[in-house]
Amino acid sequence: MEEWQPKILAILCNWCSYAGADLAGVSRMQYPPNVRVLRVPCSGRVDPLFIVKSLQSGFDALLVSG
Amino acid sequence: MSHKSSSVMVVGAGIAGIQAALDLAEMGLQVHLIEESASIGGRMPQLDKTFPTNDCSMCILAPKMSECARHPNIKIYIKSNISALEGEPGDFTVKVLQAAKYVDPVKCVACGICESKCPVKVDDEFDMGLRKRGAISRYFLQSIPSEYTIDPEKCLKLTKGVCGICEKVCPAQAINYQDTDQEISLKVGAVILATGIDAFDPIGFGHFGYKSYKNVVTSLEFERMLSASGPLGGHVVRAYDHKEPQSIAFIQCVGSRDESIDHNYCSSACCMFAIKEAMIAREHIKGLKASIFYMDIRAYGKDFDKYYEKAKFQYEVEFIKSKVAEISETDDGSLTLKYVLENGDIHYSDYDLVVLSIGLQPRANIVKLAQKLDIKLNEYGFCRSNAFTPLQTTREGIYVCGALNGPKDIPESVTTASGAVADAVKYLKLERQEITEDKDAEPEKDVKGERPRVGAFVCHCGINIAGVVDVKAVAESARNLPNVEHAEDLMYACSQDCMNTIKERIKEHNLNRIIVAACTPRTHEPLFRQTIAEAGLNPYLFEMANIRDQCSWAHMNEPELATQKAKDLVRMGIAKARKLTPLQRLPIDINPQALIIGGGLAGMTAAQSLAEAGFMTYLLEKEAELGGNMRNIFFNFGNDPQKLLAEKIEYVTNHELIEVHTNVDIENIDGFVGNYKTVIIDKDTKQKQEIEHGIVIVATGADEHVTTEYLYGESSRIVTQVEFEKMLHDQDFPKPKLKNVVMIQCVGSREEGKMYCSRVCCTKAVKNALNLKKKFPNVNIYIAYRDIRTYGFREKYYTELRDQGAMFVHYTPENKPQVTLADEWDPGSKVSVTVFDPIMDKEVVVDADLLVLATAIDARKENIDLAKMLKISLNTDGMFLEAHVKLRPVDFATEGVFVAGLAHNPKDMDESITQAKAAASRAMTYLNKKSVLAEGTITEVNESRCSGCGFCEEICAYNAIKIDPEKEIAVVNEALCKGCGACVASCRCAALNLRGFSNEQLFSVFESLDLNDIIGGD
Repeated sequence: MEEWQPKILAILCNWCSYAGADLAGVSRMQYPPNVRVLRVPCSGRVDPLFIVKSLQSGFDALLVSG
Repeated sequence: MSHKSSSVMVVGAGIAGIQAALDLAEMGLQVHLIEESASIGGRMPQLDKTFPTNDCSMCILAPKMSECARHPNIKIYIKSNISALEGEPGDFTVKVLQAAKYVDPVKCVACGICESKCPVKVDDEFDMGLRKRGAISRYFLQSIPSEYTIDPEKCLKLTKGVCGICEKVCPAQAINYQDTDQEISLKVGAVILATGIDAFDPIGFGHFGYKSYKNVVTSLEFERMLSASGPLGGHVVRAYDHKEPQSIAFIQCVGSRDESIDHNYCSSACCMFAIKEAMIAREHIKGLKASIFYMDIRAYGKDFDKYYEKAKFQYEVEFIKSKVAEISETDDGSLTLKYVLENGDIHYSDYDLVVLSIGLQPRANIVKLAQKLDIKLNEYGFCRSNAFTPLQTTREGIYVCGALNGPKDIPESVTTASGAVADAVKYLKLERQEITEDKDAEPEKDVKGERPRVGAFVCHCGINIAGVVDVKAVAESARNLPNVEHAEDLMYACSQDCMNTIKERIKEHNLNRIIVAACTPRTHEPLFRQTIAEAGLNPYLFEMANIRDQCSWAHMNEPELATQKAKDLVRMGIAKARKLTPLQRLPIDINPQALIIGGGLAGMTAAQSLAEAGFMTYLLEKEAELGGNMRNIFFNFGNDPQKLLAEKIEYVTNHELIEVHTNVDIENIDGFVGNYKTVIIDKDTKQKQEIEHGIVIVATGADEHVTTEYLYGESSRIVTQVEFEKMLHDQDFPKPKLKNVVMIQCVGSREEGKMYCSRVCCTKAVKNALNLKKKFPNVNIYIAYRDIRTYGFREKYYTELRDQGAMFVHYTPENKPQVTLADEWDPGSKVSVTVFDPIMDKEVVVDADLLVLATAIDARKENIDLAKMLKISLNTDGMFLEAHVKLRPVDFATEGVFVAGLAHNPKDMDESITQAKAAASRAMTYLNKKSVLAEGTITEVNESRCSGCGFCEEICAYNAIKIDPEKEIAVVNEALCKGCGACVASCRCAALNLRGFSNEQLFSVFESLDLNDIIGGD
């Protein structure tokens, strides 16, 4: 049995964290591939409903970063 | 001015030429862009990464190349050279020789069959001979224009009359062996030269064994070895045995700072280049030993010292201050370096690979070009220009930018390019531009009521994506999703031919939503949006999935899971794409007046450029007098700064289009690009005045660091370099006659918490020391330094001072010089300086008549307030942070705001002048338009749902949403709205919607992921 892997959704601000995720790639920093990224224009765009929705969709964890 | 033209020529299409062409074209001028090679782009496409951010070079350049290629005002002439120039400024006639291409550019579809069948194999210049190309080829994969050309010297048909295979296999019948060279004649008002530099060829340096030892390569060759799209696919191996090297030595100053080959100048970029390559190599090869053999590390640019520190401590790159005497090869192809340390000790070390950090030198053909144009070269063979007119050649109407007149890095090249444009407009006809429809673009198709027909394009990015992610499988999975009409994989989606493919598919399949799965939308979304607009789709019917930066590059060792992630990201993108709606961009009127904050050299220079071009300019100065820091500069190697200052002040105070306000504070700045309102207040009378303007140039300067180190302030014999320069000017020295003068460098620079180089202090110390020597030839000068950073042509003065006998003592921050007073009760006490001298390997004590401290340049504290008012950023040192450190060096992320001078970073006078002109030129790209388009992704109000609670108004950081007092509902100022969506999330009535990021669109993304089979699973 493989180790359980959480499914993570990252909602990232276009100007900082999304750029940071790009930079991580440019720098070839390796991290686990079980995260999916949703780009938003600002973390201020994140509606509480998004959090409920993402958990409903089966994600185990949510990262809002901005 | 008697002559002015609306056409202009830019010669050389590297990054400098491209930037100059774009600025001119944006002002509405017709640009002829002349390029000698078969593609625009210059050196940047050959680079893997760029310092100090490690951005992928091609990825940041490609959008600019495409913008250049598709700009209706730019005409590109490849394989072309100037053959003659006649006439006078404003009315030049230039003859351009276009070499035969032997391939019809209209017919060629860049399929590449010709090259694959070409029997000739020659060294590929782009990949530095590490790969072979055919006699028919294109310069590099993302070449612009993309068509192939034939090398007439290598082609069998053209040289021997045999072969002819390419003609037979070409499916487009594009081959034309009868093609001939053409000479055309163009009329232009001004010429901007940007023909760049050559890399130094170390073949003559026998003691380094280049070309005789297989594992000695140049830094440019190594760059291609590191590049993922290079001949080795980014897997660094030695040519000798194809093994991964475990140790690499970088040797600095190969072909630079070397009087024996008449290269008594510093190539400026190689230190950073080597640091970058060492760091990237450490990322490629685990446990790699990387050593840099150097004389001085010249990390003098913005944020360069932080990068250098990162290399030392985080990346464990070894820095060895030494001189490499000789390299010899061992039996297994490894190399033994013989090098001499500071104290004279000779050491030997073995390395698997040696990289020669080759310098920059004038292009081989520069002499011919200079003759044709009747311009003069300087003593090193670079184009001649003066420190106070840094962008002018010796011929009026011909300007220079990029590395043609001296070694430069990328942002400096871009800055000089924009700066040269500001000079050139003097001979050009500026007419304020209306928003023009692209004549070649299809009219926009109305997609209302159509069901979504999605086209999905998955990019290989060479092997950047396809090396990890199964690109074909991703395209396949996309094909099966709802509403997807077409899915396809592309080699380089951003290349000209692939973008043409996308446009064709839109027509072919009647697509009305497009998704490209490739790199990051932060760099490439504008490019693809424009592509689909050209095919008649609203540009907002476009979505990107980031499967490179955030997938293939981040999961290089897990191809299966990376492929799964890529599929999911594409699925999310398609879900959103299906819900996208066309958006409109509203025009914003531009007020053609400029506001410049700061009346120093930079501010006054920018004002002069703007007024010369006919734009009303308001120049603000907080002090009672104009001039800023320049009032304290008296010498500049033959130029007279005070004379220049007087001329500038005279110009700006008398020009009818410049309104100078001294002794004022800024109370408030309100507005947005094209429509700013600034309230200034007189410091004494407290009288207020409101100024309306379209753009802002921030030229607020910087402060001299006030030090408490080295007993500064305790004796009149301890002064700063600025005070010392005044002393030299006034001829007012402490008595009796000076015998020993000590200078200490880096006082307040390059230290914890202030990890940056103040850039000018080494040159200033050298300048002042030379002046002192002129006055008192027998004075002993001791300079305690960490690295001498006399970059570019400043190196000459450093060698001159050394030749005159000044002593340079290298100190480290752990072992700073110690200063004591001879008599602490005497306010004019002599001082004693103790410093460890690594050359003599012991402490030396100097009894100094004068101690001169090179104090740092500090960011102004007021920057914080101004940054808030203008909604612009500062870096960690408090200096203003530009939009992009490489390619947008004078723009801010906030549209319509620009930066120049010391406010941006420490710099010399020539650099402040250049940057001020660049800021003026960038500003003119706005001021010369009657209006610009706002973003389409902004908030809209559903009036029937709005309760007028005003919560949105409270939350908006941009004052873009307000409650209309009469209607009692929210109203959005569409020009001010930045589309952050904070108001939308806060709205309790769901009355607000962010176009392009609506709840409906984002919910569809969540729903697309409501599957149990994603992300590996449990």
